[in-house]
Formats: sequence, C-alpha cells, structure tokens
Amino acid sequence: MTSDTPVLGISELHAGIDDTPILRGIDLNIPPGEIHAIMGRNGSGKTTAANIIMGHPDFEVTKGSVELDGEDLLEMEPWERARAGVFLSFQYPQAVPGLQVGNFLRKSVAAIRGEEEAKGAEFRKKLKDAMTQLDIDRSFLGRYVNDGFSGGEKKRFEILQLLLIQPKLAILDETDSGLDIDGIRTVAKGINNAVRGTGSSALIITHYSRILEHVQPDKVHVLIKGQIVKSGGPELALELEERGYEWLEKEAEGLA
Amino acid sequence: MPANQVAREAVGDYKAGWHDPENSTVRFDFGLSEQVVREISAIKGEPQWMTDIRVKAFHHFMERPMPTWGSTELLNSIKFDEICYFLRSGEGTENDWDDVPEDVRNTFDKLGIPEAEQKWLSGVTAQYESEAVYHSIREDLEKQGVIFLDMDSGLREHEDIVKKYFCSIIPYQDNKFSALNTAVWSGGSFIYVPKGVHVEMPVQAYFRINAKNMGQFERTLIIADEGSSIHYVEGCTAPTYSTDSLHSAVVELIALPGSYIRYTTIQNWSNNVYNLVTKRGIAHENSTVEWVDGNIGSKLTMKYPAVILKGEGSHAEVISVAYAGEGMHQDAGAKVHHLASNTTSKILSKSIAKNGGRGSYRGMVSVSKKAENCKVNVVCDALILDEQSQSDTYPTMEIKNPSCRCEHEASVSKVSDDQLFYLMSRGHSEDEALALIVNGFFEPFVRELPMEYAVELNQLMALEMEGSIG
Repeated sequence: MTSDTPVLGISELHAGIDDTPILRGIDLNIPPGEIHAIMGRNGSGKTTAANIIMGHPDFEVTKGSVELDGEDLLEMEPWERARAGVFLSFQYPQAVPGLQVGNFLRKSVAAIRGEEEAKGAEFRKKLKDAMTQLDIDRSFLGRYVNDGFSGGEKKRFEILQLLLIQPKLAILDETDSGLDIDGIRTVAKGINNAVRGTGSSALIITHYSRILEHVQPDKVHVLIKGQIVKSGGPELALELEERGYEWLEKEAEGLA
Repeated sequence: MPANQVAREAVGDYKAGWHDPENSTVRFDFGLSEQVVREISAIKGEPQWMTDIRVKAFHHFMERPMPTWGSTELLNSIKFDEICYFLRSGEGTENDWDDVPEDVRNTFDKLGIPEAEQKWLSGVTAQYESEAVYHSIREDLEKQGVIFLDMDSGLREHEDIVKKYFCSIIPYQDNKFSALNTAVWSGGSFIYVPKGVHVEMPVQAYFRINAKNMGQFERTLIIADEGSSIHYVEGCTAPTYSTDSLHSAVVELIALPGSYIRYTTIQNWSNNVYNLVTKRGIAHENSTVEWVDGNIGSKLTMKYPAVILKGEGSHAEVISVAYAGEGMHQDAGAKVHHLASNTTSKILSKSIAKNGGRGSYRGMVSVSKKAENCKVNVVCDALILDEQSQSDTYPTMEIKNPSCRCEHEASVSKVSDDQLFYLMSRGHSEDEALALIVNGFFEPFVRELPMEYAVELNQLMALEMEGSIG
C-alpha cells in the first residue's frame, strides 16, 4: 500500500442479480479522508453498489475489482470486510427481536475492533458521548435491535454504530430518507464527527442533495443505469437539485 | 475469541454424552411385570398402601392404550420389554460428596453440580439411574422446617404428608405414562415448605441416566404451605447410545393459599431418550404456580406442564422453549384450567426447528362457567431454520364464562437472508449471526432463568447453531 492507494478502489465493476446486470462498469476511487457522494434516481444501482461493497450474497460480481486499502474485498466474507474496516449504514436496517441494543453494540465493537475496545469505562464513556451527540435516550440500550423503531430511530441507531465502530470506510445508504430536517441535521453531525478529522472515508448514497448541505462531499458522482455518467465537485449536487436528472440521462443516451 | 468457540470449549458437542462403566449394586432384568413392580416396592421396604397403588397402576398401564396423538409412530416404537426398570448404583443416599462412589461423583463433578451447590443453591439432590446418590440442604433452611428429601426418604420419613398428596393432582389413571410412573417410580424430590418460609435461593435436582436401555421414573412432590415460596430447578442429561432409554416422570405441585412455586426445567437428554413426563400443579387462593420449561434434547418429548387454578385470585405461568434438531420431535405446550374467579394465566411458548426437527405447541386453556373475570394470555412463536423442518400449533380454548378476557397470538417466522446479512455486516460470522437471532428469539425465556443457567443455555444454543447454514 502506498500513500496514494485509495481507501476504496473500484474498477471496471460489473455486477447483477439472477443474470440481470445492474452495475455496468463502475470506476471509483476514494482517497483517505475524502467524502464522496453517489447520486441517482431509484433503480439506478446505488443500493446494489453499497451491497456489493459490503458483500451481500444475493449479488454476483461478473467482472472488475473492489479493494479496500489495496486489499481485495471481493474475496472476503461480509464479516471479514467489516473487520477489515467497511461499514454500511443500511437503508432498511433489519430488526432482531430479543437482541438488546446495548448487548449488540458491545458484541459488534468486540467483533470488529477487538474485545479490549468493547469493555470498561472507556467504552461506556464513548457510548454515552455518542448517544448524547445523536440525542438518543439511555433507555434505548434496553430495547431490541430495530424492533419497533421509528424510521428516524433506525437511522440514528445506524449512525450510533458508525460512531462506535469507527470504520475506515463508511457507506451511508439513503441515510437521509425518512428523516425530517432536525433528524438530518443530527445524523449529519454524527457523520461529520465519525469521518471528518479521523482520516476515515465515506461514500454517501442519496437521491436528494439535502444531506449534502450538512455533510460537504469532496466529490459527487452521478449514477444512471449502472454507470457513472458524470463526476464533479459539491456544486454538481446543487446543479442536480436545480435541473433534475433528465438532462444527464439524455446526455448519457447521447453518449451511448 | 468468537462466541461459538467459547461455547464449544465450554460445552463440547453434546457435552453430556459420555458414559461411565456400570457399577450397579442392584439391577433388575429387562422388562416389566407385576412381579417387577412388587419387587421394587419390597426392596424399598414400602408401606402396603404404596405397594397396592403401584400394582393397580401397573394394571392400568397394561390396559391403557397408547395415546393416538403426538408422535404415534415414535410412541409405538418404544420397546417396553427392553428397558431396565430399576437400577441401584450406590449403597444409599449420601450427604457428603466424598461418600458417593467415585465414578458417580466424577460424573456430577463434570456436570458442575457440586460447584453450583457451593455457589448459589439452597440444596441439591443428585439422582443416578433409579435413586438419589447425594442429597443435602442448607442447615438454616432445615432449622426453619423446610423438608427437602429424595422421594424414597420422603415416603419413609413423612409418610402422612406423602399419603395425603401422592396421586392427588395426577391420579395414576390420568394417562398411560402417569400409570407407568406410579407403578415403577423411584427417586425424585419431596419438598415441604412450612407456612411463611421463603426459600430465597433455588434448590436443584439433577437427573442422570448412565446405563443403556435405562428407564428413569422419578416422582416429585412439592408442597408450599400458606404464604411460603420456593424455586426448584431440575436438569437432566444422559449418554448418547444407539439404543433408546425412557424417562417418564410425574411431578405434582401443591401451592397452598398465598404461596409461590416456580419449577424450572432444563432438559438436555441425549437424542436416544424418550421423555414422556406429566407435570401438574394446583394453585389455591392467591397463590402462584410457574413452570419454566426448557426442552433442548431428547428423541421425543411429550410434556404439557399444567396448572389448575382452583382458588380465587390464583395465577399460572407456563414459559417454555423447545429446540428440535435432527431426529428430534418436541411436542410440548401447556395446560391451564381456570376453575375460580379472578384467576389469571400467561403462556409463552417458543420453539425452534432445524435440520429436519419437528416442534409442536399443544395447548389447552379452559375457563369454567362459574369463574368470573379471568384473564388469559397465550403467545406462541415458532422459528424455522430450514425447509426440512416443521412446526405445528394445536391451541385449544374452552371459555365457558363470557367475562373472561382472552388474548392469543401465534407466529411462525423464518430467519431471512437480509437479517443475517445485517448482522454479518457488523463483524459477526454466519454462525454467530444465527446464534444472535436464535438467542434473541429465546430471550423472553432466558430472562426468566437464574443467571448461571441463562449463560449455559445461550452457550448451548450457540453450539447447536454452528454450521446450520449450508
């Protein structure tokens, strides 16, 4: 690994599900400390990209590579990817009835960061700070993972995990959907604290630019029909907000 | 160290599956006859009334047809002639582990019983084959008049109490296996808690079958006098053999007014044991009877802990879990009969089926015509881990009084790929993820256990989940 090895390096990625291609040749590099955003309409392949980086077994990679710090991620099981430093904040986090939030957080931090980091006063303090930051009440720890959580609670819980796990690469899949303005602000603060100033990188997946007003991306990529058709600075998000996706779709068709 | 590795080291693959050489002092030939029944009674020097009831029960057993429900196929494959009905392994019941024959003591050491006794129990009975080999109770409880004996000693030393309550809740005619147990019973626990005495720490009985083709028929009778309380815990294991053993117990609980009895079972028989048990309690005014019932092992279990709510304001709880793995059928459930007004009951049943196992919930709740303002709450959840496994629910409700408030919920769920993926994305391997889901599913049950058992049960389940996903 050299100093210019990206944290996330994707090249020529083709992937799909049940013989239906979804991603059709993606190249993306996120250098250390940078936040990138992938924007696109529903069905453009954004969530597929997130799932493939994390290793969802339903998707098949037909071509290309995905690397974390120069290491081949595609060879790893999902839990090995997590331990290597990939974190996915889910669009639809799953409920696990009977599994207490506090217990789950401790077990997950232990699995990813090691037993030592998941016990003692230091862990408790970190947990308390993160919960305060995200405006989460203490009683939350006794509830069951995502069981009966509101949409906003689910998203806050994902960011709470992000703050405790401190991954090298955080992928945030539609973290802003289903949140009101205050919710977006709170969650964005969590993301900034987890990524900015820690040397981590992040990939924000969204179809609105709203969250990007609070988490300033270094680069924005537009995904249309499984391909990145345009990349630019934060101003590209604003342009999309104003003009929509249609002009880019037309451009993309023109290119094809 | 990953959780399941910890579990493997702690538990091993069915950790209780070893067996010791058989050093019996008395061993009956295989098979059952009136002669065998009379000899069991004679060898124990029992009073005539007990011999008589045994003989009557024997004839009832012979005449009574096999149940035509549950797993009839497995029931009909029991070879009653190939079972040993009485086997004595020591010279008697000792109250010092040092006096227990060495190999037997080693077995209980391996099962962690003496250690648990020192740390957190009020008393212990350890039964090996047909009889208790060790027994002790904390002195302070004995001074308060608490009686905690093995059933044979109970009959010898407190014949009047035994005679009053024996077969009073579960007559031998109740079912084929209660008849069998009454005919050949040996061992089990006898407990009497005097008025107003609270036994703070649990008492435990541990049942171990060691010999091949063994039949274990313990008989337990617990009486909680007015305003008293007790928590009784039993555990059971057996070696893994290719031939079958039979465990057929009868447990009668008597909760007198204002008393509280909790009876917890962690059944972890090896999968060559038929476990056909009748358990029933009677709750008088304002008393509570709770069954906490964990069925993790056995070839076939048929067991429906029951409570008769006889007194006004009494309460019943039956919380059970069943795990049915390869070659296992757990037919478990609960029965509650509301005979008096203002009585309440809660039934929570959780079952998991895996690798072709079969889990069934069979429940019966009745509310009699004159019982006003009763409350009934029944929840049964099943979790199926693969396509080969099966789960069935047979709930029956007979509500004859319209003032009853009755709630019933049932669910069957499967572990989804997305649920597993979510947990795996948090650093948990496939096995660990499944164990988290399964332990979560069992959590409402585990929460009811003393901490030591909760840890053991979680480890046991983590182990059972290893390599479950193909």
